[in-house]
Amino acid sequence: MSFSSVLIQFLNGLASASSLFLVAAGLSLIFGVTRVVNFAHGSLYMLGMYFAVWLSERVGFWTAVPLAAAVVGFLGLLIELGLLRRIYKAPELLQLLATFALLLIIKDAALWAWGAEDLLGPRAPGLAAAVEISGGAFPQYDLLLIVLGPLVLVFLHLLLTQTRWGLLVRAATEDREMAGALGVNQRWLFSSVFALGALLAGLGGALQIPREPANLNVDLTVISDAFVIVVVGGLGSIPGAFLAALLIAQVKAFCIGLGFSKATLVVEFIVMAAVLVIRPRGLLGREATIPRGPGAEEPPLRPLSPLLLRALAALLAALVLLPLASDGYVLVLLTDVLIFALFAASLHFILGPARLHSFGHAAYFGLGAYAAGILYLQAKLPMELALALAPLAAGLGALVFGWFCVRLSGVYCAMLTLAFAQIAWSAAFQWDGLTGGSNGLVGVWPAAWLASKTMYFYLSLLACALAIALLWRAVHSPFGYALRAGRDSPLRAEALGIDVRATQWAAFSIAGLAAGIAGALYAFSKGSISPEAMGIPRSVDGLVMVMLGGIHTLTGSVWGAALFTWLQDAAARNVDYWRAAIGVSILVIVILLPRGLATLVQKRA
Amino acid sequence: MLELQRLNAGYGRAHVLFDLDLQLRPGEVVALLGRNGAGKTTALKTAIGLLPSISGDILFNGKRITRLESFEIARLGLGYVAEDRRIFTDLSVMENLAVGRLPARSGAPRWTAEKLFELFPNLGRMRERRGGSMSGGEQQMLAIARSLMGNPSAILLDEPFEGLAPIIVTGVAATIRELKREGLSVLLCEQNLRYARLVAERACIIEKGRLCYTGTMAALDADPALRARYLSV
Amino acid sequence: MTVLQVRNLHKSFGGVRAVADVSFSVAAGELLALIGPNGAGKTTCFNLVNGQLAPDSGSIDLQGKNLVGKPPREIYRNGVGRTFQLTATFGSMSVRENLQVALLSHARKLGSVVSSLEQQTHAEADNLLQQIGMQAQAERPCAELAYGDLKRVELAMALASQPRLLLMDEPTAGMAAAERTELMQLAADLARNSRIAVLFTEHDMEVVFRHADRVLVLCEGALIAQGTPAEVRASALVRQVYLGDADLEPGHA
Repeated sequence: MSFSSVLIQFLNGLASASSLFLVAAGLSLIFGVTRVVNFAHGSLYMLGMYFAVWLSERVGFWTAVPLAAAVVGFLGLLIELGLLRRIYKAPELLQLLATFALLLIIKDAALWAWGAEDLLGPRAPGLAAAVEISGGAFPQYDLLLIVLGPLVLVFLHLLLTQTRWGLLVRAATEDREMAGALGVNQRWLFSSVFALGALLAGLGGALQIPREPANLNVDLTVISDAFVIVVVGGLGSIPGAFLAALLIAQVKAFCIGLGFSKATLVVEFIVMAAVLVIRPRGLLGREATIPRGPGAEEPPLRPLSPLLLRALAALLAALVLLPLASDGYVLVLLTDVLIFALFAASLHFILGPARLHSFGHAAYFGLGAYAAGILYLQAKLPMELALALAPLAAGLGALVFGWFCVRLSGVYCAMLTLAFAQIAWSAAFQWDGLTGGSNGLVGVWPAAWLASKTMYFYLSLLACALAIALLWRAVHSPFGYALRAGRDSPLRAEALGIDVRATQWAAFSIAGLAAGIAGALYAFSKGSISPEAMGIPRSVDGLVMVMLGGIHTLTGSVWGAALFTWLQDAAARNVDYWRAAIGVSILVIVILLPRGLATLVQKRA
Repeated sequence: MLELQRLNAGYGRAHVLFDLDLQLRPGEVVALLGRNGAGKTTALKTAIGLLPSISGDILFNGKRITRLESFEIARLGLGYVAEDRRIFTDLSVMENLAVGRLPARSGAPRWTAEKLFELFPNLGRMRERRGGSMSGGEQQMLAIARSLMGNPSAILLDEPFEGLAPIIVTGVAATIRELKREGLSVLLCEQNLRYARLVAERACIIEKGRLCYTGTMAALDADPALRARYLSV
Repeated sequence: MTVLQVRNLHKSFGGVRAVADVSFSVAAGELLALIGPNGAGKTTCFNLVNGQLAPDSGSIDLQGKNLVGKPPREIYRNGVGRTFQLTATFGSMSVRENLQVALLSHARKLGSVVSSLEQQTHAEADNLLQQIGMQAQAERPCAELAYGDLKRVELAMALASQPRLLLMDEPTAGMAAAERTELMQLAADLARNSRIAVLFTEHDMEVVFRHADRVLVLCEGALIAQGTPAEVRASALVRQVYLGDADLEPGHA
């Protein structure tokens, strides 16, 4: 590789870093002040792209870019006023879900407005040519991007240190309650910070259109990149975000430039892993400050009442007898319900007793499914063996990813789990040779004796009921107590000799294993696997199931899974914008019941 | 000045204050006494709007502030110094003061950073020091100075002496007496009668969220039975 | 018999010296108080012993075992129990379950995924509950307890592992005077009966002078005085830097 091509790749990396930095900086600013991680931040970037393309055709590129950023900023203001303002006092998990709901709604809105096809943007007039740099050609426009990133960094720095607004932002980032008691109008501060963050994301998107067409997948790609950058750069540090954006963009540019584009994801993962091992708080991160305010209080875990136990036994008996009375369709639907009940229960296992907020649990579901398919199709193992071994692959994946995730807590853990899941999804999507790429794997059929719908239903019933019972047992075992001890008071748990991280790590791996069982069962029940099996939306389905059933009981997530799977089956065929419908339902739940669905149960009790 | 009327409040599931009546008159220093958990901190936090009230009213200078947000209450001229000071540790002394700055109202003293440094000479010597690298006593001074930047006409102090070395206590007490001379009304929470005696002229005792005694400090001093009953000293 | 032996401890933060050349020891059954003005290095010193900080130099020996550089949970395994300034218990569990977790952790039985909380720890936990006089509240979740009761549960959790050294960080902060005496009397009785060495930091001089066997006074990171409460109170140097001229007769609040 010549010096000139190295230089060109380096400049490419610098240019890409600018857009990423704009998104990550906005995310950091908003989180610092409002303590809300905006999962829809990538969607604002996506809107910036679409608006910029659409406006370019009407007012020309150079007017369209700032205009698109301003429109997105204004939209951010409306979102803050209409939605976020209502949920600042809600539990963290509900806030995350609410902004995720926004992501689903924006995606479907963009689909409705601009269609599913990618939209090609214009070249930048006046900067459409390339310049020669030590023998290689380099787009003029990208030089502009290279300059822009540092300019925005300096601008933000001056804004934060030299203006009264910046002073108040820094004060509120540290202790917003106290700032309020000193007369700082938080409503206005929160709205303006959110609008600025949205504007930066919109600008990042709008600036990208000469390089990349506007498309509907960019929201998740960008948000997971931004999460990686925020985690690597150090939480809440804007210069850190800048450094991390440079680092990640350089890594990507060199992988692509060297012809290893398939390795990009792996290398990105290794870089992140290396940074977190050497500097657990990120490049420029500092000791995480514990946010002020009343701590989340968990209700006691109660043993199953005899009544509920009898109800469960009756339900199990009914399920066993069901195939005698029912046709194939009901059995298929119930097999799905069972599989998702296990998936939801495994997610609950880390969400409830460990309070590890995972937004990427489908990764382990998908790993189980893909491992089953690959072992069966590629390694030619018998179906039974493939089914038995596949969950181990998921457990192994959870073991590796979990090591990092348990080092971060709360929203940071949520960010990292989502980033990992997106990496796993991209790997499945791109690795044609092994996973069949976007087409997925087909012909993953169960062995002959399990092929009938009835037999497969019985297999799923046995496996899922057993696995759920074991998870339930584990929550009530000494290990489960150690897990809850680490959640209730990490300080006390450590002072009692409990290795909180190791306990959480074990729980994360167990949950991954259980999700892998569900995934492997799913693969053989459908006969095919596609990347959607491990997409982020599937992770969120799991979260919705757990929320529906109530975060405080494991059995609740089973009912939640049943209700959700049935609803999805009934509605997905009749509603065009199913994802947006889910999003709107989540928002309604979060706004009407900001303390969670569990309050309904408490009121009744 | 400040009046709590039949106030009920608490946080989460806990109902802490029950029909609490309390009055702070212009220019006086009142000590709110009571055991730990009696509801002293809750009373102050509810007054400044950091905790919602369940029922009852809070009046400040005759205006009903019960449902206002804390920043609106602060802008009406009620200052608040939290139990654990809550200094912005990343911000310098000057910046901490700047966050607390509000326009002066008629009738309230007009404080500036320079005027405050005369009252707190220590702070004047560490203007660029980060809040996080200050000692407990210095942070307490800064917390009081910061709330004075809002030019309050009354100020709420939550356990201003807690965690301070005995020798620093004397200094903080002198400052509070100085503020009273400047015309400020002060309501402070205290568990320690000995410290309250240094500054307050009137005492209110609350027990389990209810007001159970109000009277002059001297009267309380003269009644050991009362002290034994409510303060177990 | 010496339980804890600290020698020539040094710790600086970014060039600022927090603890300089501090040496002391605590004997079995002895209550040693660490006092001094804010910023004197009490908390730093305390956190060096409990493992939350690592010293720049110096040694911390617990009956011949070196504790320097060990994380908190290993220090616990070597026989050190502790309570926190802000009580730390498991709010979602009952009082008895809190103690059972402590007992199971001591017995290294917290790894089991399938068993249930054992019957034997039930009896042991009730024994501890009796010692702190809280049998009646065994089934209540810790989140619902009064502050003073939480402090006692914490004490029992720290004692569940039969430690040789008990560390208490500002044990009476945020309590009324009568509760303070009650709690410290309980801690002192339990410690003396089981021959546990106790090191505690404390702001309340009444508590210090009433309950401590010996007192260490820190100022600007250095040990400026140590001795019995009477000796320390009589020291002109201590009065000058810390106690001031405030009235400090015990029992006169």
